[in-house]
Amino acid sequence: MRKKKTKPPQDGFSRRDFLKGAGITVSTSLLPMPGTAAARPEGSSEVLGPNPVPITLSINGAARSLKVEPRVTLLDALRNQLDITGAKKVCDRGVCGACTVILDGRAVYACNVLAVEAEGHKIETIEGLGTEEHLHPVMAAFVDNDAQQCGFCTPGFVVACKAFLDKHPNPTLADVEHGLGGNLCRCGTYAGVREAVLEAAKTLKGGHANG
Amino acid sequence: MQAFEYARPKSTQEAVKLLADAGGEALPLAGGTDLISLMKDGAAAPKRLVSLQHVGELRRLSHSSSAGLRLGAMVTLDELLESKEVAAAYPAIAEAARGVHSQQIRSTGTVGGDLCQRPRCWYYRAGFGLLAVYNGKALVLDGDNRYHAILGNSGPAYFVNPSSLAPILIALNAKLSIHGPQGERELSVQDLFVNPKSDQESELALRPGEILTEIRVPPAGGAKMAIYEVRQKEALDWPLAAAAAVLKIQGGTVESARVVMGHVAPVPWPSPDAEEALKGKSVDENVAAEAGKAALSKATPLSMNAYKVQLARVAVKRAILRAAKGEA
Repeated sequence: MRKKKTKPPQDGFSRRDFLKGAGITVSTSLLPMPGTAAARPEGSSEVLGPNPVPITLSINGAARSLKVEPRVTLLDALRNQLDITGAKKVCDRGVCGACTVILDGRAVYACNVLAVEAEGHKIETIEGLGTEEHLHPVMAAFVDNDAQQCGFCTPGFVVACKAFLDKHPNPTLADVEHGLGGNLCRCGTYAGVREAVLEAAKTLKGGHANG
Repeated sequence: MQAFEYARPKSTQEAVKLLADAGGEALPLAGGTDLISLMKDGAAAPKRLVSLQHVGELRRLSHSSSAGLRLGAMVTLDELLESKEVAAAYPAIAEAARGVHSQQIRSTGTVGGDLCQRPRCWYYRAGFGLLAVYNGKALVLDGDNRYHAILGNSGPAYFVNPSSLAPILIALNAKLSIHGPQGERELSVQDLFVNPKSDQESELALRPGEILTEIRVPPAGGAKMAIYEVRQKEALDWPLAAAAAVLKIQGGTVESARVVMGHVAPVPWPSPDAEEALKGKSVDENVAAEAGKAALSKATPLSMNAYKVQLARVAVKRAILRAAKGEA
């Protein structure tokens, strides 16, 4: 049974708005992104940093320009500077999967990738997968199979599943367990997740994909 | 994480220069799956990171049946697993890469990074140094040493080598290319690893400014190979004990064997005793079990890790049986 959730109020005052107003430097711009892949930055012997350096990231098909210190991870750049907060910060050490994003078609831990290293790569986050009106088949399968409880690990799981199914359109249960072993759920919804992945695989093959 | 400078050179030569210019305060950055966490924990604090991402020559993977396998250090574990040639000619290398759990680590983690990752010893990770000494006392001996070394542990180092690829690469006699300010040199994979005898020593035989650039695996020449890893958890963890076996079998009996254990000592641990136990034998359950016993005959477990001795015996036995059956 799939239920429509009501939309959260859009006019409220959020903690994030407060942080922005409280002097956190945010330097971003939104540019249309031609094609799919971003231009790869040319390597050079130039030494950058440690002060903030300007970079452009290709996120969900849009070019986003920002300034980051080289030590800022992709996860922190997404969450703290670009307000793209679907990828969650949990362990921050590459052992839980809550921050999973897709980099050039592969699932990665955004907490273990420096933002400067992500320049020139195509980044996909949960925000780019689907909307409430048009759920990605993986999202829909998560809803249908009760594959979340508290929901905090869910964005990372959905993104990891999407990347997995792109590479393994006909997975066995063993493939699912090996391919998605990089995400933890403290509520223990693994049984639902396994079902969801197998169902999403069928849906995607049936041509109902929108992402 | 401390602030640092960042550079992304295009060639090995530029990378070596950028590392050397920083006078021992710089580190190369490969996939980042280990180094970024070490820096967050303050266990590494380089003033400069030299990214190898744009060094195209480090991303090459080539294979021929006459020359063997050449792996650029920046080839990712995923790319290694996608190679049909590696799967066919060196199934145990592919199996070892598959054992690096999780998918996200295999996406960015590199073969060079697997060899150069730092030990998982929790005292080291918590900032007590590679030898885990506090107020002149070795923390591992009186502390929680359940995951520490059971061989090569006469001290002062008690951590275990964490590499997944090293045991099978050593068993296959693989060589490494190292580039540094003095040019290129070759090392065997075994010689990359050092059992440090003082806190001035690293567990890796890389001098300041040097980069591991290539892994070269000779042709397997019809040898049978396999690995076996004993694990507590299927994912997001390192094995408790592992073994690689490479067997040359002639007329049903073992002509020569290489057996190398992982996660049991500060360096990958070859076992001439196990190799001797296999020579001239026809491999069956008993012969493999005897080789496992021989491999651990000199084990010296610490206060909490005697259980690892049996796990390592089993790893050796099963690696040998799998190799003999052609099961990687």
